[in-house]
Amino acid sequence: MYKLTKNIKIFSFSLMIIGLVGLGYGFYTAPHSIEESKAIVASNSHGEHTSDHSEDINELDHKDDEHSVSHDEHVYHQLSNRPWSALYVAALFFFLISLGTLAFYAIQRASQAGWSPVLYRVMEGITGYLFPGSIIIIIFLILCTLHLNHLFIWMDPDVVEHDKIIKAKSGYLDSQFFIARAIFYLLGWNLYRYFSRKFSIAQDKSKDISNHKKNFKISAGFLAFFIVTESMMSWDWIMSLDPHWFSTLFGWYVFASMFVSGITVIALLTIFLKSQGYLSKVNHNHLHDLAKFMFGVSIFWAYLWFSQFMLIWYANIPEEVTYFITRIEDYSLPFWGMLVTNLIFPFLVLMNSDYKRINWFIVTTGIVILIGHYIDFYNMIMPSTVGDQWYIGVPEIGGILFFGGLFIYIVLNTLTKAPLEPSGDPLFKESEKFVY
Amino acid sequence: MSEKTLHAIYDDDDKLLDAVKKIKAAKYEIDEVYTPFPVHGLEKALGLKDTRIAITSFIYGCIGFCFAIWMMNYIMILDWPQNIGGKPSFSYIENMPAFVPIMFELTVFFAAHLMVITFYLRSKLWPFKKAENPMPETTDDKFLIEIKFDGNEKELKKLINKTDVLDIKVHINKKINHE
Repeated sequence: MYKLTKNIKIFSFSLMIIGLVGLGYGFYTAPHSIEESKAIVASNSHGEHTSDHSEDINELDHKDDEHSVSHDEHVYHQLSNRPWSALYVAALFFFLISLGTLAFYAIQRASQAGWSPVLYRVMEGITGYLFPGSIIIIIFLILCTLHLNHLFIWMDPDVVEHDKIIKAKSGYLDSQFFIARAIFYLLGWNLYRYFSRKFSIAQDKSKDISNHKKNFKISAGFLAFFIVTESMMSWDWIMSLDPHWFSTLFGWYVFASMFVSGITVIALLTIFLKSQGYLSKVNHNHLHDLAKFMFGVSIFWAYLWFSQFMLIWYANIPEEVTYFITRIEDYSLPFWGMLVTNLIFPFLVLMNSDYKRINWFIVTTGIVILIGHYIDFYNMIMPSTVGDQWYIGVPEIGGILFFGGLFIYIVLNTLTKAPLEPSGDPLFKESEKFVY
Repeated sequence: MSEKTLHAIYDDDDKLLDAVKKIKAAKYEIDEVYTPFPVHGLEKALGLKDTRIAITSFIYGCIGFCFAIWMMNYIMILDWPQNIGGKPSFSYIENMPAFVPIMFELTVFFAAHLMVITFYLRSKLWPFKKAENPMPETTDDKFLIEIKFDGNEKELKKLINKTDVLDIKVHINKKINHE
């Protein structure tokens, strides 16, 4: 059984406090009126951009004053969205890590994998964050429907009134239905997590394998439920931020991103626990398999990224291509940079079979992958909510630190609740002897 | 050249692996093992050097990648530019996304095919080559360990009989003697 050390507690709580301060600072400095927002934009554009901006503004002024006013209001909304978006990206990222791990765990259970049972408790530890994460997400989404922010513009009846496309979708994009759906997904996932954990612990002491069989059945059921609800979740929580735009493989794309992040966290946590002297039965053969998954799913992510990008680029339909134009023009560094961190780096570093067994290679690649996938979610959410007013500054880093600290504390705390070796699992022996 | 060749025949890969370990432990030199399928862990038990085919595969992949870039540049930009989907082919970089599938496919194509050809060359295999395996059953369900030796036949046989062996055959090698 894992024991939470004092240092870890201090570390995670200080991360949370620093993060909370950062988030608070973000909310405090966000503009509360159009005038404040104008002042912020003016002070920001003193640098090299001054000439371009003033020309733009002059041009707009000449055309019509009304447009300039609505532009100011637009920028004001974007700036006031920023702390909310920073909070949302981080909350969603850590929640999805835990959800991706849950999917990975269910796949191991449903496929009766022989190599992974020694890692079950590590995965269960990470999915321990699922419930608190769900609570945070649902509260956040309810706050959105209460018009505390303008992240989901389709929640504003005034916007819907003047927008034909959103109006046509208003049957689905409806605040109450949206929350009901979110509760439905979260309930389903958390129920699976609750019962699979219960059966998993019960299996430790039971004499027959009935718990194992039950786990197998609910895992298969969960996977069918998950792949539908995960897709819908990605439309609801991420794609609907851009209510005009849609992509049919978006659910898969989000899935690939959370899946690789989840697997990476399993590998990192396993290495951490081993360095603390736990998990004596896990050896480099198991890590090798995790690293293979990190390598493979990174390529899978890139495949989906490119499939989505190339079809839209080639078809060049205005309402589709605007999604990538915003990202390429305003977000070119994070947009292209994430291809380096999420594909090229893991591809080249983890290609060699031997490197997949070396801890520091896995740790380095893992950290790069996690940063890259945070940026991936950042690129999915920020352009729709804050537009070109983005910056990875105090609120964003505060969000990462707060949810990171919470994640570390809850995950490690879950590990203390059960033995780290699911010794009653019928496949445990096989996993112990597993040799690549 | 050793004067005698011993063939020990097994009917199971686990038995074979076990025997290989025992023979190696007794310091005998195993010349070759014939199996109907790749046996997991055999190369380690035999103490073979790690294969270098992986690095050749990487190099071939890089060649394929570069070849695809050159080929698409020549076909679509230099030789016969076409306007496809309102994207005139005047610049390689602006049309690059359309060429990525070709780059990917040719990388895989080169890596796979050239790796197989390298493997054939390295294993000295070519069309119409006569099979080298001493017993055709090794392509079906039998496993064979080949040991060439000079010394004491009895001792070696005794060692092999301790393993779970199906059959042992000893051949006297033809002497290559030009005296």
